[in-house]
Amino acid sequence: MKSCLIVDDSKVIRKVARHILETMQFEVTEAADGKEALDHVAQATPDVILLDWNMPIMSGMDFLRAYRSMNAVPSAKVIFCTTENGIGHIQAAIDEGADEYVMKPFDRETIESKLQILGCI
Amino acid sequence: MSIGEAKAYRTLSAALERHTGQTVPTNRHWRIDMALKPLMRRNSVPDLQTLAALIEMDTDPKLTRACVEAMVNNETSFFRDQPNFALLAGPVLDHIRELRSDTKRLRIWSAACSTGQEAYSIAITILENAEKWRGWTIQILGTDVSATALAQAREGRYSQFEIQRGLSVTHMIRHFEQQGEEWVAKDALRKMVTFTEHNMLTPVRHFGRFDVILCRNVLMYLNDDKRTHVLEAIAPSMEEGGLLMLGAAETVIGQTQKFRASRAFRGFYELTPGRQGA
Ligand SMILES: C[S@@+](CC[C@H](N)C(=O)[O-])C[C@H]1O[C@@H](n2cnc3c(N)ncnc32)[C@H](O)[C@@H]1O
Repeated sequence: MKSCLIVDDSKVIRKVARHILETMQFEVTEAADGKEALDHVAQATPDVILLDWNMPIMSGMDFLRAYRSMNAVPSAKVIFCTTENGIGHIQAAIDEGADEYVMKPFDRETIESKLQILGCI
Repeated sequence: MSIGEAKAYRTLSAALERHTGQTVPTNRHWRIDMALKPLMRRNSVPDLQTLAALIEMDTDPKLTRACVEAMVNNETSFFRDQPNFALLAGPVLDHIRELRSDTKRLRIWSAACSTGQEAYSIAITILENAEKWRGWTIQILGTDVSATALAQAREGRYSQFEIQRGLSVTHMIRHFEQQGEEWVAKDALRKMVTFTEHNMLTPVRHFGRFDVILCRNVLMYLNDDKRTHVLEAIAPSMEEGGLLMLGAAETVIGQTQKFRASRAFRGFYELTPGRQGA
């Protein structure tokens, strides 16, 4: 079973994303900010991380930087999933090592399509 | 459902069939209702019966057309059916490139292209492999019966939802420009594709011959006779050695003798030798 870590400070978004991913047979864990997410990845590497940008305590960008510098092997695919929809943000995320980018609001097909592009399903 | 309503559905689905060949099974008549609501609101038409009466009188061809276009399913996405598309983008195009290495001419037809994502996906594939195609003359044609869909295709303008369907973020930012909430194909991409109106039930106009013809997710809405009709109308436009690509759930088997399954490329079809005919 593939696994996904959902990192988002919104409980509602986590719930929606969890539902979508579970129907695609993913095992899902959740984190409410980047710091919590770092604790998770220190324990086990998920196949995919769905990452929000703006979160208290530690932002998605700060998490991504920290995560990429850990050089975890194997390394999770990181999909930013955020309302920051400007080209500047998108470019910055890619430069920092994001594998994909989902502009919120998203639906099942968007998530499915991005996972397919990354070869995760 | 009242007799009047039932008659209205019949009139509307008959109009759809007359213009596109598509039939709507009775148990999916509710879709007509849903599809036409916005158009009725825009034209201050109070109910389906009134709309059907207007269509029957056919005094306003524009309304009939808008009505038909609203009933047609335009669903599409970039690189739709990724594994099949990967076969096209990789091995199939490589094969055609070898086959045409003397003329260095590549012609692709996305028939029933809807809002253009299919045609642009091919164009993106070529642009991403520009080195391979240097010195080639490449033409990509997109056709559809829906003028509304074609207008969007020509502009290459997509909503946030549309642009994220099937397109990777790298391809998105490389080939599209953000304009507010929308994403618009950059000139280099747009210039690669020509769009023009064509109804596949009518004889193919002088589009010339193609190395690859995509006719995806449209046969599935037609009855057997019409499928045969469309496939046989396409055959004369196929270049020798060319390949036909259908939707993942579609086949030519049992529909026509003019094409047969390709041995080399699963899900693709080639002309049956000696059967092309006009
Ligand atoms: C479901 S879309 C498929 C789009 C694209 N080929 C794909 O696979 O994603 C079907 C398209 O077929 C078009 N269509 C339906 N009947 C047609 C006809 N008789 N001639 C040309 N196009 C037709 C519709 O307007 C619509 O855009």
